Amino acid sequence: MHQSVLAFGRSRYLWVALAVSAAAVAAYALDSPGVPPNGGTGLGYTLGILGAVLILWLMSFGIRKRAYASRAGTVQGWLSAHVYLGVSLLVVVTLHTGFQVGWNVHTLAYVLLWIVVASGVFGVLVYLRYPRLLSNNRGSQTKDQLLGDLADLDARCLRVTAGMPAEFGEALLANRDRTLLGGTAFALLAGQDRSQILLPATGGATVLYQALPNPDQAALLDWLGQRLAASSDGGLSRQLQELLSLVGARRTLLARLRRDAQLKAWLEVWLYVHVPFSFGLLAALIAHVVSVFIYW
Amino acid sequence: MTGNRYKIAIVGGGPGGLSAAAHAARLGVAHILLEGSPAHANTIQRYQKGKHVMAEPGALPLRSDLGFEAGTREAILEAWEQGLAGQQINVRYGAEVIGIQGAAPDFSITLKDGTGVSAEQVILAIGVQGNPRRIGVPGEDLPVVQYTLDDPDEYRDETIVVIGAGDAAIENALALARQNRVLIVNRSDEFNRVKEGNLNLVLKAIEDRRLECAYKASGTCIERTTDGRRYVLALTGDQGESRIECDRIIARIGATPPRRFVESCGIAFPGPDPAALPVLSSRYESSVPGLYVIGALGGYPLIKQAMNQGYEAVEYALGRTIAPADEPLLAAKLRILPFGLGVDDTLALMQAKIPVYSAINPLNFRELILGSRITAPGLGEVIFLKNDYTNSFFSILAGTVEIEVGEERKSRLTLGPGQFFGEMSLLSGRRRSATSWAGAGCVLIEAPRREINRLISSVEGVRRVIDEHFIARAIQTSFAPEASYDDLKAIAASARLRRYKPDEVIFAEGDEADSLHLIRSGSVAVARDIGGRDVVTSYVAAGNYVGEMGLVSRTGRSATVRATVTTETVSLDAATFHQLLQKNPGLRDQVQATVRRRLAENTRMEGQPQSGDLISFLMQQGLGEATDVLLIDETLCIGCDNCERACAETHAGTSRLDREAGPTFAHIHVPTSCRHCEDPHCMTDCPPDAIGRAPNGEVYIRDNCIGCGNCERNCPYGVIQMATAAPEKPGLFNWLLFGAGPGPGQAKDPADQGDRGPKKAVKCDMCRDLGGGPACVRACPTGAAIRISPEKFVQLIHDTTG
Repeated sequence: MHQSVLAFGRSRYLWVALAVSAAAVAAYALDSPGVPPNGGTGLGYTLGILGAVLILWLMSFGIRKRAYASRAGTVQGWLSAHVYLGVSLLVVVTLHTGFQVGWNVHTLAYVLLWIVVASGVFGVLVYLRYPRLLSNNRGSQTKDQLLGDLADLDARCLRVTAGMPAEFGEALLANRDRTLLGGTAFALLAGQDRSQILLPATGGATVLYQALPNPDQAALLDWLGQRLAASSDGGLSRQLQELLSLVGARRTLLARLRRDAQLKAWLEVWLYVHVPFSFGLLAALIAHVVSVFIYW
Repeated sequence: MTGNRYKIAIVGGGPGGLSAAAHAARLGVAHILLEGSPAHANTIQRYQKGKHVMAEPGALPLRSDLGFEAGTREAILEAWEQGLAGQQINVRYGAEVIGIQGAAPDFSITLKDGTGVSAEQVILAIGVQGNPRRIGVPGEDLPVVQYTLDDPDEYRDETIVVIGAGDAAIENALALARQNRVLIVNRSDEFNRVKEGNLNLVLKAIEDRRLECAYKASGTCIERTTDGRRYVLALTGDQGESRIECDRIIARIGATPPRRFVESCGIAFPGPDPAALPVLSSRYESSVPGLYVIGALGGYPLIKQAMNQGYEAVEYALGRTIAPADEPLLAAKLRILPFGLGVDDTLALMQAKIPVYSAINPLNFRELILGSRITAPGLGEVIFLKNDYTNSFFSILAGTVEIEVGEERKSRLTLGPGQFFGEMSLLSGRRRSATSWAGAGCVLIEAPRREINRLISSVEGVRRVIDEHFIARAIQTSFAPEASYDDLKAIAASARLRRYKPDEVIFAEGDEADSLHLIRSGSVAVARDIGGRDVVTSYVAAGNYVGEMGLVSRTGRSATVRATVTTETVSLDAATFHQLLQKNPGLRDQVQATVRRRLAENTRMEGQPQSGDLISFLMQQGLGEATDVLLIDETLCIGCDNCERACAETHAGTSRLDREAGPTFAHIHVPTSCRHCEDPHCMTDCPPDAIGRAPNGEVYIRDNCIGCGNCERNCPYGVIQMATAAPEKPGLFNWLLFGAGPGPGQAKDPADQGDRGPKKAVKCDMCRDLGGGPACVRACPTGAAIRISPEKFVQLIHDTTG
């Protein structure tokens, strides 16, 4: 019923890609052009044309994906073919080079090709693995529901602090306002928590607040724990315990939200390499083809 | 009683009543129009501002002395207002009628204020909305009390009391609470009988203190404050007495359906079914002579129909004869027939020729034919194919029809003039169970599902005949393809039609096996007790049978069978079933094969206990009544929303699915998207009958939608939206090369809020106009989105949990 991109249509494009690669290898092995193998021999041209056509076709996936009314196969079928034939391109193009590399635009195109294919393979791996992690992490809730739960917890925290000394209300308010989800690309991908909190500094006659890092609500939990240990007022202790359990729940929820954002970021980040580099490849390919014809 | 005496009294100032009054005024007849509310066209007044009102059915000509054409609510009300003033219509507002006694030519009408009116003839045009239930406390007539809420955003920083605990009250209270202090007064100690979504929202709002709630409370009186600027509502309840100072009181405590009032006037109904319509003659005259019923109350919900009837009813009341406005439409429809008679005579002849229609009154039959297609298919032409999803009902006016019956051993059955077919899909909502072909000289009446359902609920004779046929044919299809109709009739007589509520047990594991159930509509879940746990092992859809295992093996029930949605079954007792088995040697093999297949399935499912949970989950999502459902495998979904984009791009800019919303279980996600129910809830109350079902199952909305929003409200799954077409988007190359629009895939002019026409209902139509299947599934790059029918759930579950 449901099947992955790799398994699509009983992996029919795997067999196509294998056939293309095998044919290229066999031709290369059997070919004896009389000169060292390179892109200029008969086979070299053939493989070059095949490679260029494949690149253009692979790039047209971006168009097919957006042609929503198209009846030309399904996007999944196209992606399956895109993946398998994209990998087979490495074989075709490597043989096209005849293993000749140098500091020139031709090798630039070859290197860009490797970057594009490698990022694509990384993308496939991420696509196969991360959706399950994402779904496990989210449970049966949507991101909006998780955010709703967070707002709900915040409201409950503030309701508890309404009956407590002012510093608790201020701390919880600061905790809410200084909680960060996401942030820089690095923080997002690493799942870092750069949240802060304002807490009353100890010592001194006037109460000073200082900003402290509060990853995983640790600073707040710690502070509340200390207050609870020092409390001799039964009513306050009960309120503190309630706060501790609410903040504990908040920590779990934030971790889930952060994980959600992290996994989604990984699902997307490779495209920031794959797509721009494929356009770079297209440019290098044009330069390569034009220069070859100019310097015939 | 005063000496007011009129030739015609018209009760109800909606489109029908206004049109009747206008015609009476033009003819110079002494008349009075009695309207309970303070203005004309109460229902249309309550539409939201600027709402576009349609003039369906387009083909029907308007016959009225008042104008009416599609336009905004304001334009239409204004036109009627002018008509009222210009034509010297005698209208009395605030005149709520509480009783009509007598018969022509001597009616006496009692009004709420104690006065009365007498008239020779009465035209009743009160619609079906009913009067809002009043609070019933002193002060309820003060201007602070209102029974409707047009636009909640009109009010700001007020203290508003909402009385009531139904969906309307909750929806109003929540909307008002955004900008006001709102107290909701609930007579009970909880909110029951409301939609689950509303229940969650209101409880959450109360918990978050965005909304106050007085439980077990009711108002005792309403007074002005001493400064006269605000009002005080006195409440009594569990917490004693309290007084709430407020600016506004909105009472949403339901409406009294008009039926009781109508019956109190002496008007007869054909049966107790709430959907039944009053008995009317072809001149709209009820069982009380001189008392005419027009408009929605008589079963004609559209404005133009009501206005035409208002005009015609006045003519009839004056004893004149006038052909109804739809006469030319009918004449065109009937032209295909060889009878050479006038419209009325042809209709009478048709009723005489087809027994199932003989019990219907001429007015209803006329309406039925108006909504039907009359066709003369050529010899051998296919009428419908087995497995089509159409659900119209055919009756044979002339010639013959051949139907193929039986599963493995097929045989052809010939039906002759006067007989009908197609009732199986009509009643079960499932695919056609057989293919049918036209015979020689075949002339058919194809009646749409809605018209027939209306007849079934209002004419006992029609219901009985169709039910009997259904049972006989269901038995024939499943068990006895070769049996003669008389044999079948005898068996059918012993069969019982049973109805089960969702979750109701049809039979329980261990019970004595005394009958077999053919599922006529709905679906059931089969569960077994395994180690003290109820494990669902399979799902059986309409058109199949359950309970055969116990009967064949002559042991007790081996499993518990529950209805997943409202389900109807035809039950055959054990003796009849064994008789059938003896008479049809092939049947025993067939039933045994089913038993073997089910046993194998059970064993497989029992090996995967979590699979039962997945079936239960799917059933809880209402998928038991689905015919085609979008399911997303979350282990494959990368959240790219290409499905939504594909849907929007292929459907005028509005996505009809919400990928992220909706529940998930065992990585199977049920997004908010139409599941094309067997018996679509959205179709239940569509005034222009704009919701159709295509042969391959999709439920779609036609262009004659009037944007009333009934389907949106009736859909329990929230998959219908009211939308206008999105602004035009330039193509990629236009943007890239010619700078059209601010960005790729964005509207040309983001500030474009221009009028793109009225809002209409939109929903998934399975991309019926695209060909090649639904765009959402075709656009999914990873194969996470599929659309499947419930019959394939077992396979899906096997794949998922296996």
